[in-house]
Amino acid sequence: MIKVKVMYFARYRELLGLDAERLEGDFAVVDDVRKALVAKGEQYALLAEQNLMCARNEELCKLDEPLAEGDEVAFFPPVTGG
Amino acid sequence: MTVRVQPEAFDPGFEVNAMHAANVGVGAVVGFVGYVRDFNDGRDVAGMFLEHYPGMTEKALAKIVVEAEQRWPLLKVDVLHRIGALEPGEPIVFVGVASAHRQAAFDACNFIMDYLKTRAPFWKKENTQEGPRWVEGKQSDQEAAGRW
Repeated sequence: MIKVKVMYFARYRELLGLDAERLEGDFAVVDDVRKALVAKGEQYALLAEQNLMCARNEELCKLDEPLAEGDEVAFFPPVTGG
Repeated sequence: MTVRVQPEAFDPGFEVNAMHAANVGVGAVVGFVGYVRDFNDGRDVAGMFLEHYPGMTEKALAKIVVEAEQRWPLLKVDVLHRIGALEPGEPIVFVGVASAHRQAAFDACNFIMDYLKTRAPFWKKENTQEGPRWVEGKQSDQEAAGRW
């Protein structure tokens, strides 16, 4: 079991009504966190979007990125700066 | 390298001039300025709000600049991106690249913008006549970044 901080941005943050939350579970990779959230309830269905982006400890990553205790994970829609 | 993420407005002319002020070895400066349009995707846009991921955004921009510096012989790179509330006509982003010869500066500037568009955590929320809406990522931006 590890503890992670999960952050949300932009449309995800708004629809979830949440900036961040702390989760504990058997999370080997980022996708395990995502799946655990999707299983929590309908409000998390947006995390199943095909173009979801994610980051681990402030670096873009893929869903198969390994996780460690205390990591910060972020989920967000495609970026639109510039 | 200078990376700035700030709510304050900036003067693109000043930023371009600053690219070669301290180095007479600079033979070429390419500056890109992105502005807020008053129209997007079929709707009038009265303004927008730019959200970012404090900490990660600055790191992501610095990483893109480092990658550009590894690919091209660059003398100076400045990336400036605004956050918060913006009105049509205001500059959002400045990418300045200085090099001895023009080709490196042109290519690196183009590369940095393509990567910024697809890898730097910023999100635009537009105020339109039909209410606020989040701007959606474009496939064409992904393709542009893929060519490097």
